[in-house]
Amino acid sequence: MISRRHFVQAALATSALYGASGFGNWARLAAQQSLTQDQLIGEGGPGNVTLIHITDMHAQTQPIYFREPEFNIGVGIHAGQPPHLVGSEFRARFGVEQGSALDYALTYSDFEAMARGYGRMGGLDRISTVVKAIRAQAPHALLLDGGDTWQGSLPSLRTRGMDMVTLMNALGVEAMTSHWEFTLGSDRVNELIENHVNPAFLGANIFDAEWDEPVYDDYRIFERNGTAIGVIGQAFPYMPIANPGWMFPELSFGLRRDRIAEVVEEVRAAGAQVVVLLSHNGFDVDRQFARDIPGIDVILTGHTHDALPEPIQVGNTFLIASGSHGKFVSRVDLDVQDGAMRGISHRLIPIFSDVIEPDPEMTALVDETRAPYAAEMSEVIGTSGSLLFRRGNFNGTWDDVICDALISQRDAQIALSPGFRWGAAILPGQEITREDIYNVTAMTYPAAYRTEMTGEMLHTIMEDVAANIFNPDAYYQQGGDMVRVGGMGYRIDPAQPQGSRITEMTLLSTGELVQPEQSYVVAGWASVNQATEGPPIWDVVENHIRAQGTVTLEPNNSVDVVGG
Amino acid sequence: MTQTRRQFVGSGLAVLAAFAGLPHLANAATLDEAIQAFTAGADMGSDGITLIAPEIAENGNTVPIEVTAPGAAAIMILAAGNPQADVCTFNYGPAAGSQLASTRIRLAGEQEVVAIARMPDGSFKQARQNVRVTIGGCGG
Repeated sequence: MISRRHFVQAALATSALYGASGFGNWARLAAQQSLTQDQLIGEGGPGNVTLIHITDMHAQTQPIYFREPEFNIGVGIHAGQPPHLVGSEFRARFGVEQGSALDYALTYSDFEAMARGYGRMGGLDRISTVVKAIRAQAPHALLLDGGDTWQGSLPSLRTRGMDMVTLMNALGVEAMTSHWEFTLGSDRVNELIENHVNPAFLGANIFDAEWDEPVYDDYRIFERNGTAIGVIGQAFPYMPIANPGWMFPELSFGLRRDRIAEVVEEVRAAGAQVVVLLSHNGFDVDRQFARDIPGIDVILTGHTHDALPEPIQVGNTFLIASGSHGKFVSRVDLDVQDGAMRGISHRLIPIFSDVIEPDPEMTALVDETRAPYAAEMSEVIGTSGSLLFRRGNFNGTWDDVICDALISQRDAQIALSPGFRWGAAILPGQEITREDIYNVTAMTYPAAYRTEMTGEMLHTIMEDVAANIFNPDAYYQQGGDMVRVGGMGYRIDPAQPQGSRITEMTLLSTGELVQPEQSYVVAGWASVNQATEGPPIWDVVENHIRAQGTVTLEPNNSVDVVGG
Repeated sequence: MTQTRRQFVGSGLAVLAAFAGLPHLANAATLDEAIQAFTAGADMGSDGITLIAPEIAENGNTVPIEVTAPGAAAIMILAAGNPQADVCTFNYGPAAGSQLASTRIRLAGEQEVVAIARMPDGSFKQARQNVRVTIGGCGG
């Protein structure tokens, strides 16, 4: 059904990027000297349909550092499969040279040194340059946003998403789906959609909780270049479970596989010659969707923040993973003939901010949205003595700082910080500004609570979260990382069933095992419970960093991963 | 769990706390008895019956499920892990336009939902799906 020829071309298109010599090693080769903008953007592949995909920007309009995970364990059929490859495994699988620009962009290895060599990535004005360049080559290109766009920065929090709505309208996004958007509250989301949002807001799995009827558009058919492209939206399935359901009480989500299969048929019946799922399921869920739901040509994946330099083929469906935080833009060219996809070529374009020229129009617009908060954001709170990052299945140094802040500022024995995957990194020696703190904390349920929990309850919580991440059936996964724990160590065996993964929970201050019946003082943030009390987490972290001056961290060895 | 419901909800982390915890062991006697009473121990096929239930419940107190079994005379719904496994049975007369049942059920914890259809010829079909009831709160 799909010609071999085009898949050879797909491989060439991607290998052209990292096969090119001259990227050199990381030893101080400034990115600018070895990479050019034209080289990064490339030419695109053959075909009559062009898709541009960005996802999980988390309101990052500025170039940032973002370290890919060192731990990203897959379970069940996903074990050892992309995207569950890190470091050398990732390089081997995709032919990425160690120390190359793509190694910096796609793996955690030598992150600090390479970050200093290759510089920050992302920036909405650079993305705009890339989008405009692709549109100059392919005026019919369709720009799609996978969601998690309106949350994650101080300006997006203060404007309740309006800054990102304005900017993504200007970028020319044509359809989007959602996740964190709903943590602004469904009333606000509806207000933005009705009055400001230009892209089609798609979510075939968003239903009215009471009447069990679809609430938003399931799909939109775009006529481009004489081809009808059906784009179906799939919002994050576990909204009311992973995020506070009380903020959107009238909505129900879920995977809704049977519903999506029906919509695929509906879109075909309505004339679509190619069907694209714009998804916020997470990669493993989308891989199972591709196996279980016939008729989807391309899944533009999101949610789990994976970036892959090649499409992953499952049957006749191709999965694209475009990273997060504005680090990458994916260009996908499809050859659609006689109502069927005959070929695909794909290019993961890394947004090296020192190589890709900013688009001055977008720079001006971004600056405008930031201006009211510029002074507040730029205030220096302290200095980092360590590399601060978020991603990883079990720990991130940013969360170590947050947990230390919770323990010291809230006088707790144990701290819990949620396993969010968003948040930019800070290099050692870098000043920490208020904006940096908001980049890892800005959301609408920030109360830093303080409470007592028994050892048994802590164990139940840990097991529950572990079961959400390491369930062998991806349909039962929610896509975050493990809850981060301060003040307590534990051993985890992800391959065990629920109830048996977490053992040897130990109070670090005394070295004693946590006792099931004993109560412990626990501080945390991001509770999904309504009316949670406590100061906002960014104030807690700011006070802690001020008190520290320079934030230094000891290596965190408190999580013992069996087989990891 | 020695924790009372009120303490657990008060923890500040758990919205579905009252239903969370380890997967409950099925109340095997009750489940088997209910199935035995409906099928008299007959073998059951799995084609021709579709059960739609969420993989993870948004609210364990009211979990929407839907069953279709074209041509069925009756469809029985069971919640394997509830204290009372037998949820309800829908009967369809010969004039029924379709054999579909849609309802919401309460689940005491993670468990299998079971649907069994009795066909007019006395044969049976069953579908099962595991429904997880979680604490949640860490989707990133």
